[in-house]
Amino acid sequence: MANKRRRNLAPVLAIAPFWVLILVAYLGTMLFTILMSFTNSKTLPKLEFVGLKQYQRLFTTDLWITASQNIWAFSILLILISLTVGFLLAVALDQKIRAEDTIRTIILYPYAMSFIVTGLIWQWLLNPQLGLQKAMHDLGWESFSFTWTQDPSMAIYSIIIGGVWQGSGLVMAIMLAGLRSIDQEIWKAAKIDGIPDWRVYISIVIPMMRPTIVTAVVLMSLGAVKAYDIVVALTGGGPGSSSFTPALFIMNFFFTRQNVGLGAAACTVVLVVVSVFFVPWFYYEYFREEKRGH
Amino acid sequence: MKKLLGALLGGAALFAVSGSAMAGEKCDVIHWWTSGGEAAAVAEFAKAFNAAGGEWIDTAIAGGGGDNARAVGIPRIMAGDPPCAMQFNYGKQFDELVSNGFLRNLDDAAKAGGWEAATPPITWGQIQRDGHVMAVPVNIHGSNWSWWSKAALEKAGATMPTNWDEVWVALDKLKAAGITPVAASGQAWQLDMMFQFMVLSIAGNDTFKAVYGDHSEEAVKSDAFKQAIAAFLKVKNYIDAGSANRNWNDASAMVINGTAGVQFMGDWAKGEFVSAGKTEGTDYYCKTTFSDKKGYIFGGDIFVFPVSKNADTTKAQDLLMNTMFSKETQVAFNLKKGSAPVRQDVDTSKVDPCGQEALKLIANPATQVAGADATNTPDAVNAMRDVLASQWTDPNATVDTFVEKFVPALMTDM
Repeated sequence: MANKRRRNLAPVLAIAPFWVLILVAYLGTMLFTILMSFTNSKTLPKLEFVGLKQYQRLFTTDLWITASQNIWAFSILLILISLTVGFLLAVALDQKIRAEDTIRTIILYPYAMSFIVTGLIWQWLLNPQLGLQKAMHDLGWESFSFTWTQDPSMAIYSIIIGGVWQGSGLVMAIMLAGLRSIDQEIWKAAKIDGIPDWRVYISIVIPMMRPTIVTAVVLMSLGAVKAYDIVVALTGGGPGSSSFTPALFIMNFFFTRQNVGLGAAACTVVLVVVSVFFVPWFYYEYFREEKRGH
Repeated sequence: MKKLLGALLGGAALFAVSGSAMAGEKCDVIHWWTSGGEAAAVAEFAKAFNAAGGEWIDTAIAGGGGDNARAVGIPRIMAGDPPCAMQFNYGKQFDELVSNGFLRNLDDAAKAGGWEAATPPITWGQIQRDGHVMAVPVNIHGSNWSWWSKAALEKAGATMPTNWDEVWVALDKLKAAGITPVAASGQAWQLDMMFQFMVLSIAGNDTFKAVYGDHSEEAVKSDAFKQAIAAFLKVKNYIDAGSANRNWNDASAMVINGTAGVQFMGDWAKGEFVSAGKTEGTDYYCKTTFSDKKGYIFGGDIFVFPVSKNADTTKAQDLLMNTMFSKETQVAFNLKKGSAPVRQDVDTSKVDPCGQEALKLIANPATQVAGADATNTPDAVNAMRDVLASQWTDPNATVDTFVEKFVPALMTDM
């Protein structure tokens, strides 16, 4: 036992700076934010406690209600569509096609672009007077109408389009790696049994790719929860405030509206929601195997 | 989300160590003047400052009517790495920087430069906190302006309106001629400019002051204010499909190119007309009101000078504030910016007709009106803008739903 402890000392020392960083920069600021959410801070943080007043105001603010509804629709659809598109692209690429490298690079390319650039590109493409709709009208399809970015009930979905375009390349790359790691013997066995390809994918390959899919979902959901820049560039939270997201709300209250207290309250709510929904699931997915192994 | 405050704290530690290492009379200036007309105007400041022996370091941060610039500048000031000078608007945006002692007291410079005698009372009041001068004013912007395209009006067979009835007639004609009548934007602050224009022009100065200055619920529910709301909602019939997230200068460009009839926007839009080589009367018309209710909603830009430990920076600040306030710079800057000089003792012969009208309204105490963001915190101003934006996009919005939502927003600070 003592021997084991000594052996562990070196790695512990090596990792100590990271612990300091995590405790101060992550945990410390988290606690500081939670503390701020109980204060009356405006432009600058100050310790003037007002109890739960900020939370009361938060939950009666229309903007926050819109933002929190949007983030559910946005995250769920973004993840589902990106997964589906990414998986189908990966399957298509996995058919031993020609020029796979080139096509893979092209599909992965959008991921190399920042969300701001993505947002701007799609703002122009989806602007009825500049982009897709105008192109169709110019080609003679006069009745074509695509005005999601201008329509308060659809604006959040226009952001999903941009998000999917940007993110599905990454999902494809992950999925492709997952597909390649499937043992070829399984395919041969299925061939011998005469099982159709689609059935192999659904009943054998996808269940075997569970860790890969989990990785993709985790990456996508992290991106979705903090969706900020793509919203700013694509719709600016509008029309009106119909496509606000919690991240945009928080930045807006911290800086534009100079109300640190309310912004911190919103941060805390996001933290709690993420903790309640995601942390147990991450834990289950990532540490389950390990426990079983030991 | 945590990243944000993490960055704040982390940044604080980092900057405290590195400090600001400025030499000579260098001055890094945070501002958000990035459109064509604005950039041309700020270049006048830089030119004058450099000519006076300083070295202007430009930190222009685009976007959001200064939101982004403040998101950078305020944390830098808090973290102990302040810029040499930073732009703010009239209003309460920098109150807490003052009350926490982050900003230099400019009483001496103001006294030596005769700032009080040179500036109109609203401006003089805006730069003071608790009786001390805390900022140098650089211009007076009027936010209640409308900019009309002469070409578009002619094409539609309409004439320049002189009252509200004629405004609607002109807009109908523009619409019938297939021209976008109003170059609008769904961005909340731009809607706010248009709405305040209507409140002042339709409901009048007294109602305007009662609502935004005195937070009177009665005034919000008055018929006069409701008429302004009705006009605001009516404009929805005269916009194009691409307006949702349009930048203000893109909207100005529509009027400049004659593809739209009118833009309701502050006089910074004039900078765009000027930099596009257009002249008032032959290419476009400007108008502050369409009724006998005259008024000028004061807004404007000021610069604050954060306390610096570096003596050279302090020297640069002294030089910069005097340069900005000097008569020559005031004229050169404001001609390009579209705003009026903050000094009333400068040569205004070069000022164009729109500017001359502005100067008259500015000089008259009866027409001086402090804008909504001068009398409300950013929190409250934006709560009201949320209402404007949501009512603007809600097809079921009526005057009554507007009033119902507007009252609590107006009372945010109460």
